[in-house]
Amino acid sequence: MESNSVPVAGPVIEIKGLHKTYVTTDGRVDALSDVNLTISQGDIYGIVGMSGAGKSTLIRCINRLDTPTSGDVLYQGRSVTAMNRAQLEATRRKVSMIFQQFNLFMQRSVAGNIRYPLEIARVPSDKADKRVRELLKIVDLEDKLNAYPSQLSGGQKQRVAIARALASEPEVLLCDEATSALDPMTTQSILALLQDINKRLGITIVLITHEMAVIRQICTRVAILDGGKVAEEGPVDEVFVHTQSEAGKRLFGILPEAPDEDPDMPSLRIVFDGASAEKPIMSNLIKESGIAINILSANIRHLGGRQYGQMLIEMPSGPHEKETVVAYLTSHGMTVKEVNTK
Amino acid sequence: MSTDQLVHLLWTGLLETLRMTIPSTLFAYLIGMPLGVLLVVTRQDHIMPAPRFNAVLGTVINFLRSIPFIILLVLLFPVTRVVMGSGIGTRSVIFPLIISAFPYVARMVEGSLNEVDHGILEAAQSMGSTSWQLIRKVLIPEAMPSLVNGAAICMVTILGYTAMASAAGGGGLGTIAIIKGLNMRQSDIMYSASILLVLLVQIMSLAGAYSTKRIDHRNR
Repeated sequence: MESNSVPVAGPVIEIKGLHKTYVTTDGRVDALSDVNLTISQGDIYGIVGMSGAGKSTLIRCINRLDTPTSGDVLYQGRSVTAMNRAQLEATRRKVSMIFQQFNLFMQRSVAGNIRYPLEIARVPSDKADKRVRELLKIVDLEDKLNAYPSQLSGGQKQRVAIARALASEPEVLLCDEATSALDPMTTQSILALLQDINKRLGITIVLITHEMAVIRQICTRVAILDGGKVAEEGPVDEVFVHTQSEAGKRLFGILPEAPDEDPDMPSLRIVFDGASAEKPIMSNLIKESGIAINILSANIRHLGGRQYGQMLIEMPSGPHEKETVVAYLTSHGMTVKEVNTK
Repeated sequence: MSTDQLVHLLWTGLLETLRMTIPSTLFAYLIGMPLGVLLVVTRQDHIMPAPRFNAVLGTVINFLRSIPFIILLVLLFPVTRVVMGSGIGTRSVIFPLIISAFPYVARMVEGSLNEVDHGILEAAQSMGSTSWQLIRKVLIPEAMPSLVNGAAICMVTILGYTAMASAAGGGGLGTIAIIKGLNMRQSDIMYSASILLVLLVQIMSLAGAYSTKRIDHRNR
């Protein structure tokens, strides 16, 4: 454990050739097959996928709550799968985890919950008290010190869970569907808190989710998991704009789920790839050209003040109008593609 | 029999009953509680998987639990004489009571500990807890309300066994009701001793239920 005291530059977590096979009564199920990922210091790394894609198994292999069938997980260059009990326990204190169902100790108060990691690390009582107060301040729940989990809302419970996970001063925080049980408003506040923790405390965050919105909002890198394999991986804005994989397109909602949902009339597909900042492009087009635009569908997302996604509009009535529209949009940095032309 | 004599008789019986029930429960927990913990934590999906050990322990406990108390009392007679110094009497009957009750306690404890949400244990594991810390600081405290409730039930069950202790000269309210009341046809003694037993059971159950509710922080 001596190497622990010196922070190692570069990747914090490396996942190498990870396989996980479950043997069930119906035969073998490959939850993960040959997953390779590198998570660097300071990342907010999102792993996204439909349910059953293997993302939960993957994150649980990082702190060995699940044991991989083959392959390895390296934390600071050291193999987690090869660690003995004591080494694993020490590593788990540096790689904390929060859960979808919060998993708070129901018979301990809020303070008692946050104190737990300090108790098991034998931190002196007065020091622990001080630390509990600091942590409650970080998660903005100072008034709930003596409350019990059953008296808290979902968002408050997750805040306590986050404070508890931070108590051991971890380097990595694993989030297993941490916002999936929360309403949209609460999700926002928890995401903001995670982002704040990442920035202020420099904690690397690995989160899994089935919600693209979560990835878009706070992640720096993303891996798309599909059927136990990594379908696509890279910086979030790149993956979002140049989505390659079918799974990615499905998750981003770029392609209609089924091909027969394509428009049955000639139309134009306009791709917003972030080049256009928040200008009211479509309304300017209508104003400037005087051409009526019929929007069939739109799927535009805002990411770092830029627009990504696409819009489907009905083909303008005449060839001249079409040319004007295409020229205008192209000159504003958008890609326009004709769809269903006869 | 005068009222004074009856009261004295019942009072002595009550004390004898408690003198059998309380130590038996305590010792049964001393043995049964660790076994109950082992029954849970050595399960395949739990914190210290040891499936073969678990299966053996489970079988032994089931075997012990299936012997009726009255049979055990007789079977253990020679052992009791060695361990307690005498085969009969209020004090001696504590030994067969413990032997009979601890497997029951183990199963009771197992049931309570099984109620603890697996996610909570996983969270504690993810924080780097040792197995001992998981048991002492998470598993048992989280199951405490249910454990207290189980302890009240065990005590009532052991109280029921003490009535049969009359077969080994155990004394207590049960003996009074059976020997003085039923066999000697003194219905006033039989009824008053029985009513006292019923009251005792009620008090234990209510105290158990009240404490369970009192210490449980899940519903406030």
